Amino acid sequence: MKTPLKLILAAAAFALAPAAALSQAAPAPAQTTAAPAAQTPRDAISANSQAAPAQPEEMNQPQGEAPSNASVLASSPARTAPNATVGQPTGAMGFQPQVTPIGQEALWFHNALLMPIITIISIFVLGLLLFVMIRFRRGANPVPSRTTHNTLLEVVWTLVPVLILVAIAVPSIRLLAHQYAPPKADITVKATGNQWYWTYTYPDHGGFEIVSNGLKDADAKARGEPRLLAVDERMVVPQGAVVKVIVTAADVIHSWGVPAFWTKIDAVPGRLNETWFKTDRPGVYYGQCFELCGARHAYMPIAVEVLPPAQFAAWVASKGGTMPGTAKPLPDSTAASPVTNPQAAPAAAGGSAPETSPEPTLTPGTTTPPVSAQGATNTKRGN
Amino acid sequence: MTDTTANATHFEAHGAHAAHHDDEHTPGFFVRWFMSTNHKDIGTLYLIFAIVAGIIGGTISGIMRAELASPGIDFLEAWAGSGDQASHLWNVLISAHGLIMVFFMVMPAMIGGFGNWFVPLMIGAPDMAFPRMNNISFWLLVPAFILLLGSAFVPGGTGDGAGVGWTVYAPLSTSGSPGPAVDMAIFSLHLAGASSILGAINFITTIFNMRAPGMTLHKMPLFVWSILVTVFLLLLALPVLAGAITMLLTDRNFGTHFFDAKGGGDPILYQHLFWFFGHPEVYIMILPGFGMVSQVVATFSRKPVFGYLGMAYAMVSIGVIGFVVWAHHMFTVGMDVNTKMYFTAATMVIAVPTGIKIFSWIATMWGGSLTFETPMMWALGFIFMFTVGGVTGVVLANGGIDNNVHDTYYVVAHFHYVLSLGAVFSLFAGWYYWFGKMFGKMYNELLGQLHFWLFFIGVNVLFFPMHFLGLQGMQRRVPDYTDAYAGWNHVASLGFYLVAASMALFFINIFWSLMAGRRAADNYWGEGATTLEWTLSSPPPFHQFSTLPKID
Repeated sequence: MKTPLKLILAAAAFALAPAAALSQAAPAPAQTTAAPAAQTPRDAISANSQAAPAQPEEMNQPQGEAPSNASVLASSPARTAPNATVGQPTGAMGFQPQVTPIGQEALWFHNALLMPIITIISIFVLGLLLFVMIRFRRGANPVPSRTTHNTLLEVVWTLVPVLILVAIAVPSIRLLAHQYAPPKADITVKATGNQWYWTYTYPDHGGFEIVSNGLKDADAKARGEPRLLAVDERMVVPQGAVVKVIVTAADVIHSWGVPAFWTKIDAVPGRLNETWFKTDRPGVYYGQCFELCGARHAYMPIAVEVLPPAQFAAWVASKGGTMPGTAKPLPDSTAASPVTNPQAAPAAAGGSAPETSPEPTLTPGTTTPPVSAQGATNTKRGN
Repeated sequence: MTDTTANATHFEAHGAHAAHHDDEHTPGFFVRWFMSTNHKDIGTLYLIFAIVAGIIGGTISGIMRAELASPGIDFLEAWAGSGDQASHLWNVLISAHGLIMVFFMVMPAMIGGFGNWFVPLMIGAPDMAFPRMNNISFWLLVPAFILLLGSAFVPGGTGDGAGVGWTVYAPLSTSGSPGPAVDMAIFSLHLAGASSILGAINFITTIFNMRAPGMTLHKMPLFVWSILVTVFLLLLALPVLAGAITMLLTDRNFGTHFFDAKGGGDPILYQHLFWFFGHPEVYIMILPGFGMVSQVVATFSRKPVFGYLGMAYAMVSIGVIGFVVWAHHMFTVGMDVNTKMYFTAATMVIAVPTGIKIFSWIATMWGGSLTFETPMMWALGFIFMFTVGGVTGVVLANGGIDNNVHDTYYVVAHFHYVLSLGAVFSLFAGWYYWFGKMFGKMYNELLGQLHFWLFFIGVNVLFFPMHFLGLQGMQRRVPDYTDAYAGWNHVASLGFYLVAASMALFFINIFWSLMAGRRAADNYWGEGATTLEWTLSSPPPFHQFSTLPKID
């Protein structure tokens, strides 16, 4: 039941992506969500791209994006409806579908190598145990042997595990090397963990900041998003771009992780940790805080929305940010200049204040300087 | 060859038979149990303590599984008030469950309980080297436990109690948790750590100096070997924990900034110190289990243990390697890629000595004459379940894979397979194996078998689905979860009911056996049981080995 849905959504997304990319740098398609009956063809397309995926989901949300709280929705110009099978847990027995190259490599390593090996070893041990229990039970073997040594056997069961481990270690080390060798970043986002919400700063785009709070159950349901995973303001990134995520925390340790990206890094006060991801698939990808951070540890979800470049530019504009350089489509333009636009208005952050949240929109710990000027090294030590 | 377990074939234990007047100077009740210097009495006290702690820790897991059985906050608000108070209570529960099970259930039972009882008996010693230090080791645990339990009733930040996890990570445990609860929990760990260090000194001295004539190190039973390695780990690891939590204490109360970035400190330093203790700690919890399983498997195979030297030195190498792999608990803190590669490789190396042990147990049974009394069932269950927990450990050892499953339920499943299905299985194996020896009455075989099978099915239903939850991304230490995780969580909670039912059988068995159990013979397991404790009466005399046994 879930697979056709996934196909429909993926097809819709890919079919619409080029069309949306043509309509570059539209200053404000911000009202498309609130006004689905758009006049121009271009707006009709982008409205479709939001409404269409929502329709086949017969789960529990109302038709389309019927907002219960229009003012909240208005703050977000493009709000992709989540896919029921990609980017969020489904209750399956394995990993979530992976949408990044690293995730696919790791998933292959786990599913094609590790799982068969550990399954065979477990079944082998179980088989030996059962055989021994039957063959050498007292009824079948009343006189026990006195054998306590077999040098060849002992050498074999020492060396064979070593060989198996070497076979595991090679792709494992290769995966690590790939994880720590990111391509040149197209955009940088700084994620800051707070008790108990995330803030995201876009140093390449004028340094505006958005505050991302978990939605209340009723609001999540009204938007057709999963409970305890939905947020009011998503972290939005462009499709196909290498996203460098600088992660830190303002109070205690948190951990920023998105299972569908195979990405997780601790947010440690006093440190700037770095990770990265790149996905070509537009959509919404959910994660959570993964490190115990106090009472509401369970209630600081992460939602990353991957948009086609033009829609991303529109989203940046709606937040008061600026696209680097001229308004060329991403990712080509940003790659060359990670320096933020100096005259960007940092006041933009206040404009997206979420009504659903009791949290402050800004805290002192989150107004940190842009960090995108850092080079391509992997990890930053705090001291 | 000297590399077989010692066998005192010609030894006739003094006091093994009816008249042993000089052994009967047992003190009165208060002096015997509250001022005890007798290793067997102290061992019994430790076992009682561990059972009490196990009941409390197990009850907490029942509360947690009830809360997690369905999405939403179902019970916590009724106990702690609404909102953050309820969520904080959850953190208090998970912290208490971890600390109780580690420091007040598994460790006291394995080292304090079975170690005290059987190390002197197995090496042919009259008692431990420092009997009064043995007593203070036990009695330090009692105030430690009271401090930990008491911390739940004083303010700890958002609500009452220490909601910082058993790892007590800074800065959540420093600036993040005002109030005396975390201080009390830290003091509790200090006392429990001091207790363990004193016990470790006692065991090392006893094993090195009080072995009976002819009992060379390479003739010691594997259980004694396992305790020897374990107490060395304790002696080397616990001072690091003591230092780390003392620094937490001064950060909290005296204005230091060891772990506070604002003052030039580093929160990650705490994690390094904690896991330098914490990883050896997980071997501290499993090595004595290895020893007990070796004794049980050899006994019920009626065959000496296979590859004795390999078994002993596998434990030694597990202990040594256990000190150089700690940062695999910290793969996501943002460490250097080379560091991550090293800890990936070093961690996988541990699978080699562990594999040697698994295969040696099977080889011990190979050619044997097996019977399947309750202790053997627990040992067989241990071997398989520990293998399953071990192979998921190999998965987690890969830093690149851990990136996705770190701090998810996959990790919870893994360490419960090696602890709840590993360490606890070995504890039950030891309990049923030595029950008659310790208390002079035989346990009920039917109840024991039922206990095993219910527990075996129950813990697998309880913990196996957690692998799926973890792969799907469910994070640890949360009282509520998104609806997609509901199915497997419900299954896991059903498993807890089976476990609880099996534990009822365990307690019924204890009471039934102590009241009406058959009188235990000196060596009720027969030809397979060759270690020195089986040369004594059941229970052994108050003082044994007044004449030291000679080992051939």
